Amino acid sequence: MKTVAAWILAVVLGASFAFFFYLLLTYNYQWAQILPYRGNLLKGWGVTVAVSASALVLSAVIGAALTAGQLSPVWPARWLSRLYVELIRGTPLLVQILIGYYLVANALQMESKFFIGVCLLAAFAGAYLSEIFRGGIESIAKSQIDSARAIGLTGSQTYRYVVIPQAVRRVLPATAGQFANLIKDSSLLYVIGLGEFTMQARETNANTFSTFAAYLPLAIGYLVLTLPISYWTRRLEERFRYET
Amino acid sequence: MKLELKGVTKLYGETAALHEVDLTVPAGVRVLGLIGPSGGGKSTLLRLAGGLEVPDAGTITVGGDVLARDEATLTEHRRRNGFLFQSFNLFPHYTALENVMLPLRVVQGKSPAEAREAAEQCLRRFGLEKHLLQRPAELSGGQQQRAALARAIAARPRLLILDEPTSALDPEMTAEVLEVIEELCRDGQEIVLSTHEMGFARAVADHVVFLAEGRVVEEGKQIFEAAAHEQVQRFLSRVMKY
Ligand SMILES: Nc1ncnc2c1ncn2[C@@H]1O[C@H](COP(=O)(O)OP(=O)(O)O)[C@@H](O)[C@H]1O
Ligand SMILES: [Mg+2]
Repeated sequence: MKTVAAWILAVVLGASFAFFFYLLLTYNYQWAQILPYRGNLLKGWGVTVAVSASALVLSAVIGAALTAGQLSPVWPARWLSRLYVELIRGTPLLVQILIGYYLVANALQMESKFFIGVCLLAAFAGAYLSEIFRGGIESIAKSQIDSARAIGLTGSQTYRYVVIPQAVRRVLPATAGQFANLIKDSSLLYVIGLGEFTMQARETNANTFSTFAAYLPLAIGYLVLTLPISYWTRRLEERFRYET
Repeated sequence: MKLELKGVTKLYGETAALHEVDLTVPAGVRVLGLIGPSGGGKSTLLRLAGGLEVPDAGTITVGGDVLARDEATLTEHRRRNGFLFQSFNLFPHYTALENVMLPLRVVQGKSPAEAREAAEQCLRRFGLEKHLLQRPAELSGGQQQRAALARAIAARPRLLILDEPTSALDPEMTAEVLEVIEELCRDGQEIVLSTHEMGFARAVADHVVFLAEGRVVEEGKQIFEAAAHEQVQRFLSRVMKY
């Protein structure tokens, strides 16, 4: 019974994939028309890499600060970080980008779209990272903290030598996964007119009157970035399992 | 050993883990054994004496110092003692050597070379010379406890506090850890330990205290031959039966 179901499923899935690839392969791509735009596409890909890499660094800083805030003994710090995280996690990124760009960046008279894009992405990803970091820190068993106190470590030494090193190992896989999300989420920045990869692909299609041709390279361009991260994440998870 | 409790009460919510405990360890006692049923308050008493917890009422005197309540003074107190829990003492991200070196470096402020030297010496003393560079996950339970014991004595503590050091171990590993503790006792280390190994308590302790329901029921080594309280007699006859 089980094997029959598995076979049916495999056949259905196989057929679906075959049909999908048939569509991809038989589509009239007009590659020749896309070709002159390859420089733009490449430049856009470069902007995506640069925006994501910068946002990655900034989001780690924001995430760490929010985690410290959420675990802080000072209640306004706790309350504010919590509120921030809930607001970010409760609204779509697109809405945040629109509000951030037209309201906040405008009011602050920020000029550089690149810089605004980095800030918006990092503000978003930082909230998710802080939840991952907090989970990692809270997962450190009480017995570890007891042991640290028993050997005479102070509170900050306990964090430095016992809690943080173990928490970092635990959150690395999830953090790497979050960075892959960040790269994909950067595609939404086309709405503020940042000339990143997705925006270049849309413009290429618009200019060449081809509705689809540039989107295949687009997908591949993102996969080139996310697949290695995904592979690395899995390696980290395996290593962590082995260590404990 | 100078250890004294006066009217010590420790509450966890509604339950009193210790209830107005008075205890004075007689002069000349080097090794004190705490025995009694689970939940009797042994761990609580040891955690209080070690400065890991503060009492809700009463005073505790260790080595002539009345234990303060502020974190800074308590940290100072913890640095003068060694403490060993039942299990999970070691830090899993450090090797055995690094575990022993950590307090020497961070707390005692020794140089890396000095700390390494002292740590290796302690680990070698407990027969772990082949396991210096292994992490806790690669060590047996007995080896882990011996490494943790090495860490606890590396800085030459005034008082060594052991909370059921062998309860999580199988009989063979229990024996190898008890041997090491016995050696420490012979070397004159002052030790307070709680244990379910009655034979061991009887052999090494100069004085024993029976705790149940958060109170000292009876004390003195004569309880092994002739306990005055029926509860103590029942407990001892049950645990010594097999
Ligand atoms: N952290 C804690 N939270 C709540 N109750 C506790 C805690 N630690 C100990 N207790 C309670 O205090 C009593 C004494 O426990 P404990 O000192 O661990 O006894 P023993 O070590 O003799 O088994 C028990 O009833 C136990 O449930
Ligand atoms: Mg106990």
